[in-house]
Amino acid sequence: MGIPTQDTVPPPAKPSATEQKRAARGATRPGDRIFLGLTRGSGILLLVIMAAIAVFLTYRATLAISKDEGNFLTTFDWNTSADPPVFGIAVLAFGTVVSSVIAMVIAVPIAVAIALFLTHYAPRRLSGPIAYVIDLLAAVPSIVYGLWGALVLVPHLNGLYSWLDAYLGWTGIFEWQGGAPRSMLTVGILLAIMILPIVTNVSREVFRQAPKMIEEAALALGATRWEVIRMAVLPFGRSGVISASMLGLGRALGETMAVATVLSPDFLIHTSLLDPGGGTFAQNIASKFSEATDFGRDALIASGLVLFVITLLVNGAARAIIARRKEYSGANA
Amino acid sequence: MAKRIDVSGLTAYYSAHKAIDDISMTVEPRSVTAFIGPSGCGKSTFLRTLNRMHEVTPGGRVEGKVLLDDEDLYGSGVDPVAVRSTIGMVFQRPNPFPTMSIFDNVAAGLRLNGSYKKAELADVVEKSLKGANLWNEVKDRLNKPGSGLSGGQQQRLCIARAIAVEPQVLLMDEPCSALDPISTLAIEDLIGELKERFTIVIVTHNMQQAARVSDRTAFFNLSAVGQPGKLIEIDETERIFSNPSVQATEDYISGRFG
Repeated sequence: MGIPTQDTVPPPAKPSATEQKRAARGATRPGDRIFLGLTRGSGILLLVIMAAIAVFLTYRATLAISKDEGNFLTTFDWNTSADPPVFGIAVLAFGTVVSSVIAMVIAVPIAVAIALFLTHYAPRRLSGPIAYVIDLLAAVPSIVYGLWGALVLVPHLNGLYSWLDAYLGWTGIFEWQGGAPRSMLTVGILLAIMILPIVTNVSREVFRQAPKMIEEAALALGATRWEVIRMAVLPFGRSGVISASMLGLGRALGETMAVATVLSPDFLIHTSLLDPGGGTFAQNIASKFSEATDFGRDALIASGLVLFVITLLVNGAARAIIARRKEYSGANA
Repeated sequence: MAKRIDVSGLTAYYSAHKAIDDISMTVEPRSVTAFIGPSGCGKSTFLRTLNRMHEVTPGGRVEGKVLLDDEDLYGSGVDPVAVRSTIGMVFQRPNPFPTMSIFDNVAAGLRLNGSYKKAELADVVEKSLKGANLWNEVKDRLNKPGSGLSGGQQQRLCIARAIAVEPQVLLMDEPCSALDPISTLAIEDLIGELKERFTIVIVTHNMQQAARVSDRTAFFNLSAVGQPGKLIEIDETERIFSNPSVQATEDYISGRFG
């Protein structure tokens, strides 16, 4: 057959550790030293702040949890002024996770679709203005979303609720008793609208950076526009879309004012997403903090610590998903 | 398998800019035709008009006729997607799908066209990789990502991907310009084998390469920067390199300009 090729070239020998150290120490100019100091200082500052937050949260949380008569993780109540105090995060954890998951389920597909439309379908005249409007959505303060949710969204959801009840009520998850639609589903819808801009924008950036030459490879094989997207854009943007979703999820998990304005909270876990009630960590802190005693505040801080841990877990999971297929990520194209 | 290409009066534009002007030529089946000429003379643009890839560029449009045997690629009702699936293309820089394994890369075209049986797929992949002289190097790691191969191997993987769908024509846009001399030689050998089965058109900046691999050579030129590129002449490679009929061709080949 052909000429034997020597395509597999061994990687060049790595310089030894001491050589590398010497090279790093070679930075002796004043500008370099100042810049090194600044960047290193910023890095350390970040770690110090994180550590300070963690220590503060853990300390105050321990104070509260040690006096809790109920089980902190499983109690369906939040009564910090009782004697002895009984409170637990079960309902808050449930509500936070459920509302955020609803938001993700609604927002991510729409955001990805918008991003694909803007990068691969829309004429350039149109994609600019649309992207601008989406940016504007991100600039609306969350209390405004809350007001809009309470005054506009909630009164208009009866139709959707009765439709869901009629066709999906048998599942139990979409059963509607006819209460005001201030439920987890409404919160999820509102959160979906709020996280839509960030997920869209990050996804759009990622899709735009999909390498042209890979798209051309697909086109030249006889791929339609959708097939090009499936073969050359989506796989390349996959990790980026996951990151974008995590940014959105982070916002949804921690969203406070909009949730507090729309939800009518109670301390029960409702099997139906359409039942009014439930609560989230941030909403609970916001609505109880101003009237809480010192002890009550410690209890709220303990719940904040749990939110912090959940967010960390979610981020870790996302990183794990991205890392698992790193070989194929397209970053080494 | 291999078809003749007849181009007549082809002009291509990028928005208002005319990139190539009124080109007519015939590309013989089962032969290698090389396009040479200075940078910006439109040879790559012309190549891309042959499988309707030019119009993918925003503002790109084409006037004129390209006949593949007797079918006009630019006729009304012709689906550009179908054209591209019958005319394969290999690009300047190797571009395997980074998210796919070596196997999936070669199978990608077949899966797009949808007409295959599962059992056939492995056969076609093996045959195509053998056809691209890559099989022995990758047969033990077919499910590893294609982006892990060296540049020369990646380019042969791209050739395997292009020939897997048994195209009528294989277009190559400076396929060796990003490769070292040894990989280049491997690709040139491969071109020699492939012309038994396919009509091959290759754009190259390397005149020795054109002389080595092609049967016929077309020389393109432009009168000034910003002017559209033109076909100066097309003839047997031997004649172009020994006794061209146009002075400009001789000047270019002997290194007097370009």
